[in-house]
This record gives sequence, C-alpha cells and structure tokens, in this order.
Amino acid sequence: MTPVLQAQGLGKRYGRRWALRECTIDIPTGHVVGLVGPNGAGKTTLLKLASGQLEPSEGDIKVLGGRPASTLPKVGFVAQDTPVYAGLTIADHLRMGARLNQKWDATMARERIAQLGLDPNRRARKLSGGERAQLALTLGLAKRPELLILDEPVASLDPLARREFLQGLMEATAADEFSVVLSSHLVADLERVCDFLLVLVDSTVLVAGEVETLLATHHRLTGPRRDPDRMPAGQQVISARHTDRQSTYVIRTEEAVLDPAWAVSRLTLEDLVLAYMERRPVSGRRTDLEVLR
Amino acid sequence: MIWLTWRQFRGAAAMTAVFLVLLIALLALTGPDLASRYTTGIAACALDDGCDRFFDLFFDQFQLQFTALSALVLALPAFLGLFWGAPLITRELEAGTHLLVWSQGVTRGRWLAVKLGLIGLVAVGAACVCGFAVTWWSQPLDRSAFPELGQMTPLVFGARGIVPMGYAAFAFVLGVTIGMLVRRTLPAMALTLAVFVAIQFAMPMLVRPHLMPPVTSTHELSRTNVGSINVQRDGGGTVRLGIKPAVPGQSGAWVLSSALIDPSGKVVSVGDEPAPVPVSGTSGPCAPQAQPSQENCLGAVNALGYRQLASYHPLDRFWPFQWIETGIYAVLTLGLTWFSFWWIRRRLS
Repeated sequence: MTPVLQAQGLGKRYGRRWALRECTIDIPTGHVVGLVGPNGAGKTTLLKLASGQLEPSEGDIKVLGGRPASTLPKVGFVAQDTPVYAGLTIADHLRMGARLNQKWDATMARERIAQLGLDPNRRARKLSGGERAQLALTLGLAKRPELLILDEPVASLDPLARREFLQGLMEATAADEFSVVLSSHLVADLERVCDFLLVLVDSTVLVAGEVETLLATHHRLTGPRRDPDRMPAGQQVISARHTDRQSTYVIRTEEAVLDPAWAVSRLTLEDLVLAYMERRPVSGRRTDLEVLR
Repeated sequence: MIWLTWRQFRGAAAMTAVFLVLLIALLALTGPDLASRYTTGIAACALDDGCDRFFDLFFDQFQLQFTALSALVLALPAFLGLFWGAPLITRELEAGTHLLVWSQGVTRGRWLAVKLGLIGLVAVGAACVCGFAVTWWSQPLDRSAFPELGQMTPLVFGARGIVPMGYAAFAFVLGVTIGMLVRRTLPAMALTLAVFVAIQFAMPMLVRPHLMPPVTSTHELSRTNVGSINVQRDGGGTVRLGIKPAVPGQSGAWVLSSALIDPSGKVVSVGDEPAPVPVSGTSGPCAPQAQPSQENCLGAVNALGYRQLASYHPLDRFWPFQWIETGIYAVLTLGLTWFSFWWIRRRLS
C-alpha cells in the first residue's frame, strides 16, 4: 500500500530561518495520525507542505504517492484557526465546495450542517468558534478525501466545543475509510482520537509510530540510583531523572524488563511525549543563547 | 470558480454599476441639450464670423463640467486598481481564507485566472462605458476647447476613446500584483495608488511625446498663436509679444513647444514669456493709440520676418496614439499577469 505521507530530508526556509529541516517520515495509510509538538516546532509548515500550500525548499514530499499539488483533489485541508469567508453564508460555503471539487458529497454536507443544528442561511461571521470549526470540518469531509489534514483545529475552542469537534471527526473516520493527520500542541486532544503518533520538536521528528506499540514498548523504571551507562544494551534511555538515592528512567525496549530492582510502570501518552520533549536535541539556537550569556 | 468569484465580487460590482448608471443618466439628460446649443451657436456665429468668440464663451460656460468629467475618467482606473485589484489577494491572506480556497479541488493558478479574467473584464468594461459616455458627451466641447485643453493634450487624451480601458486593465493587475508582494491591504492600496499615479504622469511626460516624431513647423503670427501684445509706455515704447501654445489651423493639437523666432531663425523666447520685437510702439500700427489694430500690428511684425516655431502632435494622430498607448498598457498588463501567475505558484503560501 502506498504510504499516505512520505518525506525525505524535507526542509522549508523562510528567508534565512528554517521552519522545518531534514524531516524524514513515513506514515502508512489508514491511521488517524496525531502530530504533536510545542509551538513553533514546524507542525504548520509540515502540514502546509503536505497540503500543497507551500513548496519545499529542499528534500521531497509525497502525499498519497504523488506530489502534493497533483494530489490536491484527494486531500482535504482544514487550516489553522479554521478560516471561512466571513461574508458568505453556510449554504454559500457548501455551494463553493460543490463548485470547486470534482467529488463532492452534497447530501452528507447538508445533513451534517442540519445535525449540528446550524441554519444554512447564517453568515459565517456570526458563527461561534466551535461552529466555524465544524463548518470547516464539514467542507473538508464533504470533499470525500483520502487524506484529511487538520492543523490545530481545536486550539482556539473551549473544552465543550473541543469535545464535540473531535467527536464529529471520530464519527466520520468510523463511517468512512480515510486517513487523518491532526496536529496539536496538547497531547490530551489527540489521545482520544489518534492511533498513530508523530512527535515533532525543533523541526525534527523525535518519534513516530502506532500508539499501541509505543505504549507497549515504553516503560517508566523507578529504583535505586543508577548511572545511564549501566543500563542494558536493549534498553534505550529516553529520559532520566536522578535524586541522591533514586533514579527514574523512561526507556524504550522491545523486551520485558526483568530486573527486580526496578519498579516498572506504564506510561500515559502524555508522559511518553513529555519524555521525548525533555530529551529535545541541543539545537543551535539554544547553545547560542548559552554562549551569549 | 466563476460562481465563487461572482459571489465575492457582486457587492463591489453592484456599487460600480449604480455609479455608472447614475453617470450615464446624467450625461444622457444633459448631452443632447449641450449638442443643440452648440449647433445653434455655430449656425448663429457663422453669419457674423464670430465663431472664435462663440467657442470661447461656450467652452468657458461648461469648462467645470468638462474638466470634472475628464478627471473622473482619469481617476476611475486608479479606483479600480485600489479597491478591486489590491485587496483581491491581501483580503484572502489577511483572513487566512486563501488556505481554504486553495485547498479545494481547483489549483491556485486556475483560481487566479478566473479572478483576474472575470474582474479584469468587468473593470475594462466599466472604463469602456465611462470613457465612451464622457467622450460622447464632450464632443461639442472638444471642438470648442481652449488650446490648452485640446483633445490631444494630456488631461483630455487620457479621458477619451479606448485608452481608459488600457489604464483600467493595467491598474487592476497592478493592484493584484502589488497585493501579492506586500500581502497587507492598506499598504498595498497606498503603494498601488502611488505607483499608478507615477506611471500616469510619466506616460504623457516621458513616453507619449515620442510615440511619433512631432511635427515642427513655422507659422505666421496671428491671434491664434499670440497670447499678448504689450507696449511699454515709459521704456521708449518697446513692443513685447507672448506666444501661446497653439498652432493656427491645428485645433485640438498637443503643442509640445512654441517659440518666437526672429528673421534669422534664432529663438527669441520660448512659451508665453513676452519678448521684445523691433517695431515702434509710439507710432504706426502697434501704437496704443491705433485702437482696432491687433491684426495690423501683428502684420507689421510678420513683415519683419518674425514667426512662431512650434512642435506639436496634430489632432489627426488621435486614433493612432490611442491604439499605440492602449497597446503599451496591454503589454504591461500581460507582463504583470504573467508575473502574478509565476509568483502565486512559486512564492505565495
């Protein structure tokens, strides 16, 4: 099966600043992918590259096996802050979708708007943030995409609207088979909907994989103080914390942890992501600051 | 795409349509009256050979409307560039909706093609209607205008015939292109206005005079090309002549330069700066006592060999100039259009 998103040494530069660099990823089809990372990590840039809104400065990106510009009809994109035309009504937006897309599910779009209890004659300017996001999602879904890309769709929503939005997204993915890439800087948003996780920090992919596998292979070990170089070879240390007498490790291993000195506990997705973020590579920017000080 | 373009553009289009309809109604109501006054005036003045006087009076009476309408036609393209062109892309960029519309099933190249094509066409149409309505209304006044406002002169030439369409197309695409580069509405509008106005000044000052080599010729002095005759009473009666930017028998021409030359062909003065001529101001035809003698006085100066040296573009070049200038603006428009397509594919996110 062709991967839904594939990047090789992908980079994007704005002037002299690199927003994304040497990004290499390979996401298999049929997943709801959570793209998580702190603000400014390059999430939006990556998603704009994937939806053909930006041209890469270096490297190569393929979406559904083709260049993003050519696969545009098969990709739905809901941009950050879910932009819609303020002066147009909901019905106008649906009509726009019908006019601009070869494949357009008008019935589904209409029904979805009706289900949400929205009046089609309302202008987008009068919609609340949550309603606007739902409209943008409807536009993305009615395109019947093979891949739906959503950039921080819930970032500006209140908790209730957030839950409703993600609920709607989940229902849609359950009903139809398509891949989703969804970004957020909050793991909690993604935990409920994603089965694949991609952690992007300082424009570098730190970890990528199916959520189940990630949770099964990562463990937190707590026990008497021990130096990292005395850890077994099969155990990759993700993060380490030490007090005078105690050590806490987050490790990645395919094997079971048998050492009786350790208390082994499972990680939540959030713990896992935080462990990777703590380990963020010492970037040029950071060392520059150190030197300046 | 056409539907979306129209849906987003219909408000602006309706406002412009209302304005044009009002303008045309006004012109249609007053135009026939103006034309009939002109024909009756001509018929009356032909009897007593006073048509120069009639022209001056007639034009003087309507000069304000004439100038205002010409200025309106000149300003319309700038407005179209400012309010239709510049915000076309900046509005999308500022609201983030470019990400919405460019991620639908049409490429952004096609999006731009429809936007530029449709709105550009309406802009050209608006300029066409406005330009020809004013051209039609001004016909009697164009025939009787002061030489400074002849049909070939910059203020009037740009407000007649087909050039307003060229200006409108260019101003619109210029606004779109600047909007793409500047990315914010207000600065883009300001810059569009500044650039367009600069080009509209540069064109008649630097380019249009050289579209064809101007006609240069010498003419006898007459009431048409002499603006003033001064006789200095205390300075021994020196007679001074000031030359007007007008050429006898060439009404409507655009006079680039007009000078007084002496019998040897040397330039005595350029423009309306009064220059002394060696005729007596105390006796003979130029003396102030000899009252109805302007013609006689100029006859005496002509007899000495003084002439007007003028370089000008005659009125029969009106349509060649219109086509050439419209062509130049069409080429500029195409160049900017090409650039905007290149930029929207390559550089804009």
